[in-house]
Amino acid sequence: MNKAKHIINYLSKDLRFDGRKLNDYRDIVIETGIAETAEGTARVKIGDTELIAGVKMSIEKPYPDTPNKGVFMVGAELLPLSSQDFEPGPPSSWAIEVARVVDRGIRESGALDVSKLVISNDEQVWGVLVDICTINDNGNILDAASLAVMAALLDTKFPAFEDGSVDYKNKTKDGLPLTEKVIANTVYKLEDYLITDPTAEEEKLVSARLTVCFTEKGEICALQKGGNDALSKEEIVEMTRLAKENDKVLRKHLG
Amino acid sequence: MSYDKRHDGRDWSEHRPIECSSGVIPNADGSARFKIGNTIALAAVYGPRNLYPKFLQDPKKGILRCHYNMMPFSGAGDRVRPGRSRRSQEISLVTEKALLPALELNDFPNAVVDVFIEFPQTDAGSRCAGICAASIALADAGIAMKDLVSAISVGRIGEKLVIDLDYHEEALEGTHVADIPMAIQTRSGKVTLLQMDGLLPPDEMGTVVDMGIEACRKVAEFQKSALKNKFSDKNE
Repeated sequence: MNKAKHIINYLSKDLRFDGRKLNDYRDIVIETGIAETAEGTARVKIGDTELIAGVKMSIEKPYPDTPNKGVFMVGAELLPLSSQDFEPGPPSSWAIEVARVVDRGIRESGALDVSKLVISNDEQVWGVLVDICTINDNGNILDAASLAVMAALLDTKFPAFEDGSVDYKNKTKDGLPLTEKVIANTVYKLEDYLITDPTAEEEKLVSARLTVCFTEKGEICALQKGGNDALSKEEIVEMTRLAKENDKVLRKHLG
Repeated sequence: MSYDKRHDGRDWSEHRPIECSSGVIPNADGSARFKIGNTIALAAVYGPRNLYPKFLQDPKKGILRCHYNMMPFSGAGDRVRPGRSRRSQEISLVTEKALLPALELNDFPNAVVDVFIEFPQTDAGSRCAGICAASIALADAGIAMKDLVSAISVGRIGEKLVIDLDYHEEALEGTHVADIPMAIQTRSGKVTLLQMDGLLPPDEMGTVVDMGIEACRKVAEFQKSALKNKFSDKNE
């Protein structure tokens, strides 16, 4: 039997290949203050999956349709350093999806109050530019990225701003205007089983996934169905329920 | 303005504190983390592996590709735009040339060894830190090497020759600063990277190279112990 068959065989016994239950996470470690050059950073490790999110603040001109709102942006770099499956070059569709799903949860929940990032209407606003960089991909980049971005935002301090320019060497004590902690939780469908936090080997066998972002009150603030397979109503309801359970676990780590 | 004492209290020929370790990225065939002062380099080696498109292959030996990249939040000022820049391409090229003479790639025709170097945080001296990390990662990957490659920058502040400029010193105002990054093969002492920004009287060239070699040999001790630590920790 090849390893894929073993993985599936174990699932039928309510076990994972690495000994976990179907909806257990691997060990999660969150560290902040990883890079002094950034205004906020966090490193998240979920098992062997490791990535860093970093926040740079800058002065931007507001978008014409939102003259009284700051700029928020999330980017994801799936670095070729972190997996033989990633290649150098412009972001892949997968990198763009990761960035957009993480972005959507934070944006739609209003977790970052962008109206408080205005320096002068129509003229100058703060830009909060977040980048996710993978160090080692062993599955479930989505949940790790979301956790890292939230932790990095919580770690962020405004740099000093004087005479129209930013003094990056001097950080103030002011944190970002955050109203919420939003975390993405992904439930994966592998054959007929619904699992949490797959390793890279399991992820290759996944046919569909559903990412649900929750607010602190437990409301859903973003959704993303991924993968090639279709999902039934029953599966969607069950996946949402599992995601809600997982949210409690991840939230504890965020503190 | 005269700079008669280093702002961080170092001696003129003293490098910043170094920490390094190997085997930090499980997916890679070899990897390393090299921290010097506030500059942190991560290097991962993938390969030897098949090289496509095929016209890039060399039927006589394996080729080496290095990719230098700063993470978007790793610069002291504004966000660094992701993707290749003229600067990162040039540094990738000189990194390749710095490492290549130490490698033995004749056993891998048509293959490539990819070295990815990333920086979560920088404070000058990043190309040298990247080369040090890459050299450890290549050894960790088990690629045959004739020598270890170590790198450091020699600086000239005013008329004073110094080792390992940080960003504060590189950007000193009111005095001339030259930055001379160097890499050497640590046993043979031969130079594989030599660049300079700034001004240097030609009669100081010999002293600069001597200082660089001496400092690189100190760096090499940290690299060697990172490799030894990894393999002595292993109980396989």
